[in-house]
Amino acid sequence: MSSKYSNITVKAYRRENGRVGVRNHVVILPVDDISNAACEAVANNVKGTLAIPHAYGRLQFGEDLELHFRTMIGTGANPNVAAVVVIGIEPGWTKRIADGIRRTGKPVAEFSIEQNGDFETIRAASWKAKEFVHWSTELQREECALSDLWISTKCGESDTTTGLGSCPTVGNMYDKLLPEGITGFFGETSEITGAEHICQKRAVNEEVGERWYKMWKAYQDDVIFAHQTDDLSDSQPTKGNIEGGLTTIEEKALGNLEKIGRTSRYVDILEPAEAPDAGKGLYFMDSSSAAAECVTLMAAGGAVIHTFPTGQGNVVGNPIVPVIKITANPRTVRTMSEHVDVDVSGILRREMTIDEAGDELIEMIRRTANGRNTAAEALGHREFSMTKLYRSA
Amino acid sequence: MSEIPHLLVHEHADNVGVVVVEGLTAGTDMLCCVTHDNSTFHLTSGADVPIGHKIALKDLKEGDTATKYGEDIGKIVADIPKGGHVHTHNCKTKRW
Repeated sequence: MSSKYSNITVKAYRRENGRVGVRNHVVILPVDDISNAACEAVANNVKGTLAIPHAYGRLQFGEDLELHFRTMIGTGANPNVAAVVVIGIEPGWTKRIADGIRRTGKPVAEFSIEQNGDFETIRAASWKAKEFVHWSTELQREECALSDLWISTKCGESDTTTGLGSCPTVGNMYDKLLPEGITGFFGETSEITGAEHICQKRAVNEEVGERWYKMWKAYQDDVIFAHQTDDLSDSQPTKGNIEGGLTTIEEKALGNLEKIGRTSRYVDILEPAEAPDAGKGLYFMDSSSAAAECVTLMAAGGAVIHTFPTGQGNVVGNPIVPVIKITANPRTVRTMSEHVDVDVSGILRREMTIDEAGDELIEMIRRTANGRNTAAEALGHREFSMTKLYRSA
Repeated sequence: MSEIPHLLVHEHADNVGVVVVEGLTAGTDMLCCVTHDNSTFHLTSGADVPIGHKIALKDLKEGDTATKYGEDIGKIVADIPKGGHVHTHNCKTKRW
């Protein structure tokens, strides 16, 4: 069925594997923490490249190592990335990550430091990075359907205004665009606590709902209850949430779940950083509720634009995915407007409906896809935080 | 709505509402709006309550359940008079 959202197009980059990206980064990707310096040196040598330093990648094992590989490969494979230079300390894991990204068909080159040293590695990698910059900067944006976009959401520094305004705005966007064929992501497993009975029912069918519930319960038992030392009252809700008026995790969760609107149903559950493979639709990603970790995981899963409702003013960004900030809190608009892309505080004054706010967000998604830099991009917020499941060997 | 509301309430079943203006002082005759259907009512605030914080819509007793979005959001752990400030000092999670 056709709607006023059916014919929206954006100018974006169609990649070798058919996916659509809205940015055109040449990424210099370290396999491990000790390759950060070489990556940053290459990014300093060659303008227009982006190093993504991080803290891990050594002596990890089992499921934690799989998550590391998935996050690295997914970040490089993201359609917002045109080409990738991978640098690791040794060739084995470096090749594994490079080959994983290479499956998208995009240009990838890998370098390892042992037997070469930083100088030789930086020299060789800089030549390749420069070649990638010349190539990528001649790529042209082309007309793509809005429905080709993969759009994620996660809220942060929530307060009571997020449940009243900014989260329902995202929910309204999903209710309008999921039927058009976009792919959506939501998650924040611990932050559904108190609304799990509602979330389970929002699955496309009972089988998916039951799998969702098992995943949520495992997070409760294996992560929260296994490690708690107090009643979590200072962590979930956070101090910022409490300052903003949220009192309990149940209240926070009910507001959080407003992000999936009224009619949307999730079609499947994803591991952290896993790419969807059950077709178009909305996916729940098992993920931490910490902003940078969650956005990093969803970007590795393939999201190209992130919609981020905030109440008290979370300032997070991501190196490769534009993060659109939406707030309904008039005090946040007054005190930190440089971080706000979409002001929906009119909802609280009853001057703006949720339907109108949803349309404003869709318009900002369209503009962002066309190239408008978000507040987080303009302010240089590039938080890239790996999720780690347990201690390294 | 011609006037800007002071307090928003999600559902008719709720017993708490959210202050949506800055600088609300005790004794204010608040315009309250139920967002579900935009119906309105009036309530007098019993305390200075910051924006985003909750106010009791009726007398709440220790052991009662706080209801918002029409759902259980926790237990009342100290009596709260109608119009009073509802937060971590008198309302607590049932989960952890």
